[in-house]
Amino acid sequence: MDRRELLSGAAALAGSLAISKPALAQSTEISFFYPVAVGGPITKLIDAYAAGFEKENPSIKVKPIYAGTYQETIVKALTAHKSGTPPVISVVLSTDMFTLIDEEAIVPFDPFIKTDDDKKWLRGFFPGFMENSQTGGKTWGIPFQRSTVVLYWNKELFREAGLDPEKPPKTWAEQLEFAQKLTKRDAAGNTTQWGVQIPASGFPYWLFQGLTTQAGAILANAAGDKTDFANPNVIEALEYWVDLSQKHKVHPPGIVEWGTTPRDFFERKVAMMWTTTGNLTNVRANAKFPFGVAVLPAGKKPGSPTGGGNFYLSKKASPAEQEAAFKFIRWITTPERAAQWSIDTGYVAVTPASYETEAMKKYVADFPQALVARDQLPTAVAELSTHENQRVTKALNDGLQAALTGTKKPAQAMADAQAEAERILKPYR
Amino acid sequence: MTHRATATIHGWLLLLPAMACLAVFTHWPAVASFIDSFYSTPRARRPARFVGLDNYQQMIADPIFWKAMSNNLWFALGTIPTSIALALLMAVWVNDKIVGRTWVRMAYFTPTILPMIAVANIWLFFFTPQYGLLEQIVGFFGGRSTNWLGSQDTALYAVTIVAIWKEAGFFMIFYLAALQAIPPSLGEAAAIEGASRWTYFRRIQFPLLMPTTLFVLINSVINAFRMVDHIFVMTRGGPDNATTLLLFYIYQVGFSFWDTSYAAALTCILLALLAIVAFVQYGWLERRTHYR
Repeated sequence: MDRRELLSGAAALAGSLAISKPALAQSTEISFFYPVAVGGPITKLIDAYAAGFEKENPSIKVKPIYAGTYQETIVKALTAHKSGTPPVISVVLSTDMFTLIDEEAIVPFDPFIKTDDDKKWLRGFFPGFMENSQTGGKTWGIPFQRSTVVLYWNKELFREAGLDPEKPPKTWAEQLEFAQKLTKRDAAGNTTQWGVQIPASGFPYWLFQGLTTQAGAILANAAGDKTDFANPNVIEALEYWVDLSQKHKVHPPGIVEWGTTPRDFFERKVAMMWTTTGNLTNVRANAKFPFGVAVLPAGKKPGSPTGGGNFYLSKKASPAEQEAAFKFIRWITTPERAAQWSIDTGYVAVTPASYETEAMKKYVADFPQALVARDQLPTAVAELSTHENQRVTKALNDGLQAALTGTKKPAQAMADAQAEAERILKPYR
Repeated sequence: MTHRATATIHGWLLLLPAMACLAVFTHWPAVASFIDSFYSTPRARRPARFVGLDNYQQMIADPIFWKAMSNNLWFALGTIPTSIALALLMAVWVNDKIVGRTWVRMAYFTPTILPMIAVANIWLFFFTPQYGLLEQIVGFFGGRSTNWLGSQDTALYAVTIVAIWKEAGFFMIFYLAALQAIPPSLGEAAAIEGASRWTYFRRIQFPLLMPTTLFVLINSVINAFRMVDHIFVMTRGGPDNATTLLLFYIYQVGFSFWDTSYAAALTCILLALLAIVAFVQYGWLERRTHYR
């Protein structure tokens, strides 16, 4: 390179700096932490959304940052918050709301809801999802990648067992009856095919909440400072679960692993499984037999918990950044985009309006199982969430696993879990 | 300035980068954890305040801590002797001239280079009831089906086996290197004297391997308290804390419960434990170790 070139290069560089400077002053950059919790090209999808938004809003730069699992994402977001430079938006579990409020890491969305249009947008979400997003009269999270628990069944095995392959169990009694017919044992007494399985590794409380809701119990109050684990209905729900494996022997003994449950289903080792709607795309791709998806069987009433992640807005971000972030969140939750996100990932679309879009109508015409999650939402309840959430849910998880592995009686296990939760939550009242 | 002073300054300057790294990333965090363990966890509205030994008292009353300690003890007892014995056996075997020696050595070393998270996912399927590899073998011999990871009686054994499998190959490499440093003349002399293979191993090879054994022993003790990656994938500490190890519990308290002060107190206990073990090993075993 000779000197002239070098000089002109420098001049060009200086020129570009001079031009870009005022542009920079106007543009706002919003960083955005998100986890990946299901299969599929999530990273690619999120990047495409960011690019699409930037095209329509040239003054805002969206910087999506993949942050690992849900657990890793909240660890990174809270650590960044404590060190002073948190991401403007993070997507973490809806149940982490109280933790984030207690750490003063997030701001409510209410100050940004100004126009009637904004209010209409906020009212547009399924109420079942908003239960985990609001507390104390304020909205702290906006539903994004949400899921719920449903029952998958193998139609072929139903037919072999002499059951109507189009009719899933509607009640607890039917679920037990069907499971008894669907359980097969070989001559040596080993079970070769189980009737039903409910995974209990890692986060058994979530699936258990399906059972407790059906038994008519609510595990925690809306303020998140009181649990009700020792309620007779909760114990009844746990007894039903424990009996499935220990008394009736139609459910595998011990702790059923969450991660291998879909695989058990594909291998025809289990005829009915409870798992997240987030597995829908996975099951559709890998099940080599016709399968059905149904709302969970009802006990005293039907019911299931919701789950999944919400958008949160950082408290330490500047007002301009928060405003830009709010604009992005509104943009990405429009019915068309929520519908597309649901189709691509298997998550439940977060607004009723997204089920009225053309893309969604076309999708469910071809794959009606995708509608089950929506149909269950009217009876869905908020996922268990309290102050010191992970510590309280651990108390419950330990109790559940103790009962399922037979080291404690259900009533004792739940009394212990309640006592521990009581100890943890007392300072918050 | 004298020549000696210049040399001293030189020496310190050369040490400085490494010392700075150690101080910033190892010593200071350890000291900070120790200090933090006497304060309450800072919350947004409640700044940290001095609480004395409260965190340690909480620990004594915490059943999960004791469970984690006893689990860790069994885990250590399960992994350390077995993985060292296996490593020695494999090293002596592949040190001989056997067919396909390179392949066998490589096969033994493979578990070491695989990432723990990945192998834990593979082992998860080995242990899966009904169609997992282990079940198929047990089933072939007519055994009963077991939920290895989902039962409190077997889960800790299951995660221990994974750790042994992972470690033995790594330690084998050290033994192999040490075996090759033993002069062949010793073996020839033993052969002329008519010593049996076992005598040669017991009287010559094993004593000469003592420095390596000490090194491997210290490493395996540290690893017994450090290896928790597979717990995250395979059991997440369950069922009902049956596989909760101390470091896993520290992570849970620190980054799931955000009770950083209590996590700091637990960390101090772990550090103290490791320090005691290291002192005992260096102080006592080293005197009995034959260095050439």
